Amino acid sequence: MILPSRSAVLVGYGRGVVSEDAAADAALLADLRKVLGSRARDNDFERGLYSRDGSIEGSSPAIVCLPETAAEVAEIVRICRRHGRPFLARGSGTGLAGGAVPVGSPVVVATAKMDRVVEVDTANRVAWVEPGVLNLDLSRALTPLGFYFAPDPSSQQVCSIGGNIANNSGGPHCLAYGVTTAHIAALEVVLPSGETTILGGVEAEPAGLDLRGLFVGSEGTMGIATKAAVRLTPNAPSVRTLLLDFDDVSEGSAAVSAIIAAGLVPSALEMMDQRAIEIVEAFAHAGYPTGAAAVLLVELDGLPGGVEAGVDIVREVAQKHHVGHVRVAADDEERALLWKGRKNAFGAVARIKPDYYLHDTVVPRSKLTEVLEKVYRIADAYGLIAVNVFHAGDGNLHPILAFDRREPGVDERVKAAGRDIVAASIEAGGVLSGEHGIGLEKRDYMGMLFSTHDMYTQDVVRETFDPDGLANPLKIIPTGSRCSDSFHQHVPEGAWV
Amino acid sequence: MSDQVTASLASRIGPEMAEFAGVVGDSGPVAVVGARTHWHVGGTADAGAREVRAPSGIWEHEPSEMTVRCGAGTTVAELDAHLARTCQMVPLDPVDAAATVGGVLACGFSGHRRLRYGHVRDLVLQTRHVDAAGKVVTAGGPTVKNVSGYDLPRLLVGSLGKLGLLAEVILRTLPVPPAAQWLEGDGDPFAAFDLLYRPSSILWNGSHAWILLEGDPADVAAEAAKLVSAGFDPCDDPPPIPGAGRESMRPSDLRALAGTGGEWLAEVGIGLVHRHEPVQAAPVSSVNAALMDLLKQRLDPDHRFNPGRRAW
Repeated sequence: MILPSRSAVLVGYGRGVVSEDAAADAALLADLRKVLGSRARDNDFERGLYSRDGSIEGSSPAIVCLPETAAEVAEIVRICRRHGRPFLARGSGTGLAGGAVPVGSPVVVATAKMDRVVEVDTANRVAWVEPGVLNLDLSRALTPLGFYFAPDPSSQQVCSIGGNIANNSGGPHCLAYGVTTAHIAALEVVLPSGETTILGGVEAEPAGLDLRGLFVGSEGTMGIATKAAVRLTPNAPSVRTLLLDFDDVSEGSAAVSAIIAAGLVPSALEMMDQRAIEIVEAFAHAGYPTGAAAVLLVELDGLPGGVEAGVDIVREVAQKHHVGHVRVAADDEERALLWKGRKNAFGAVARIKPDYYLHDTVVPRSKLTEVLEKVYRIADAYGLIAVNVFHAGDGNLHPILAFDRREPGVDERVKAAGRDIVAASIEAGGVLSGEHGIGLEKRDYMGMLFSTHDMYTQDVVRETFDPDGLANPLKIIPTGSRCSDSFHQHVPEGAWV
Repeated sequence: MSDQVTASLASRIGPEMAEFAGVVGDSGPVAVVGARTHWHVGGTADAGAREVRAPSGIWEHEPSEMTVRCGAGTTVAELDAHLARTCQMVPLDPVDAAATVGGVLACGFSGHRRLRYGHVRDLVLQTRHVDAAGKVVTAGGPTVKNVSGYDLPRLLVGSLGKLGLLAEVILRTLPVPPAAQWLEGDGDPFAAFDLLYRPSSILWNGSHAWILLEGDPADVAAEAAKLVSAGFDPCDDPPPIPGAGRESMRPSDLRALAGTGGEWLAEVGIGLVHRHEPVQAAPVSSVNAALMDLLKQRLDPDHRFNPGRRAW
């Protein structure tokens, strides 16, 4: 489970952001209460609760709504439109890029009460679910039927399907099965216009443009998903999990490339560095080799012949790269123990420092060693501690910068180090984010990857859905590359820009 | 540092892009031509439109990265042959391998192994297209995992070139499975689908089915044995897939076609029926059509691209 850093790093936004016009807030609340009653709230406690997500940013919403139906969501959006007020969908708030941080005194539309699995349709291998269903709850509900939902973010115990859709989330097992977008057949969405529509479909080739594919990963800037048809993946008949340790990070990284080059597509291929191994072992007692420079956690699943052949290939490749030990989990219990360490690694960072900033970039696999070395150098230069636990199989780095925000000036150092890590990743031929999204955190780095014209084109597409800039404004596209300036009117003095 | 980053990005945009952008220009109607294997999809392009061709060539393939960068005008046959040397593939599987990569993606037509490998749009990592202003636009990213910015590549796949002309793509490659076996028989293909773990393809004509198993040789043999018990026999390739029309329905709706045919071939588990005659595209809801029209209006205001053809 990824927990938000316990203390906010208050950088870059005005403190005590309030709506410019208390009367406007009151009128808006009155209209929302006509639809939602006491489920439209403006008390300080709940506004505070919904002011942050898993990132280090924060800003206060004007009103929090807890709809129970798609019709209520549509009504909220229409009311927001009438009042010219931004709105923002929120799942479990585990996002790490600030996508769910309310900017511009918006109405937060929390989907937690929309948590029904509406229909499991095994004949079409989809399940229709509401956005507030939790990722792991869905897979648990499907397991007895022989299926699961493949994307498995580390936060899967608490993150919602709606949030997975907004961020096009990944997870360790996306190496073989693809990220969220590959697992969403159709979406019922409330558009920023207030209209409700279905994007995509359960049929083979829904007609027209793939608006579904565009919506997934758009971080709530194109509307609010109120229902999704998620694809069911059959449970694998056979699973093997291996733990490999190396004395040298570069040998571990080289083994990653060699495993892939040998024609294997493991269902997961994770790497942890020495610091990560130490803190995880102290927490999980999984028998991780604390003296090793790096470990790889490799999972193979599928039919037994391919899985066993894969285990042999992994052993062979690892030996060529001077592996220390090859541990193959003997049973499900041992497998779960090995994964427990990996999935809880981020929380365990608290053993080093009280706060952390979790990064997310992707680099070509062949550049893993080079970029990891740069990450350590960058952290050293800024007096921070870097811990690396990441999806090595797809080159998806997750450097964790551990720090104590009580140290003077540390906020700026954390942000500057983060920016340098992003730049180093892109210079190595990588991208800004593998699975956390852009949100606020990386919005202003978009220009490292895209030309002004590329970003302008993306914004034209966004604006087609939301000409008035009301749906989760100011996310993803940096302000200088937007088509219109209309969004400025929603930004209070001193707020994020 | 950011200047260096920008410079390194610019250097990755090859001269072929600039040349194609120059040919497309910023005015007048153009129709992009691939291999004409899907030429009548969405209707015939207006005769007055100037024909242009996307660049072709395989420009980068690093087997351990499992990605390949190529021009949209590259034929699938050329791509397949290149990747086969390192036992890799991109399972685009068009009915006619003379088709270009850009043509397959513009149509958004997945091949017969979609059941195992997913929709073709899930194989696309990055696109470079030329827009109506004659400029090159990059979207997506070169790595196997990426959520940087809006997913324009998915929007472009299946757009029939109405929003922009695909010039270059980076595709995800997969290892060629070590063993493959087709089986055929008159057994129930829906029951067979439930019996198997991730078969690659189940084709069915209403009375007879052809099933493709791929993977480790021992697994293929074990799965084939299950099918033999269910009345299927090993065979060579299935009959050619009709290329004229694609009828899309829910996978479960295929059952109603039992006993109605012989002339068509359906993909069980997917819900696609391949027919010898053109199939009228299903209508798009008015709300979605309005969004699609607006996207077209904003991205190609002068309706330069592929006039006469309809993607919705």
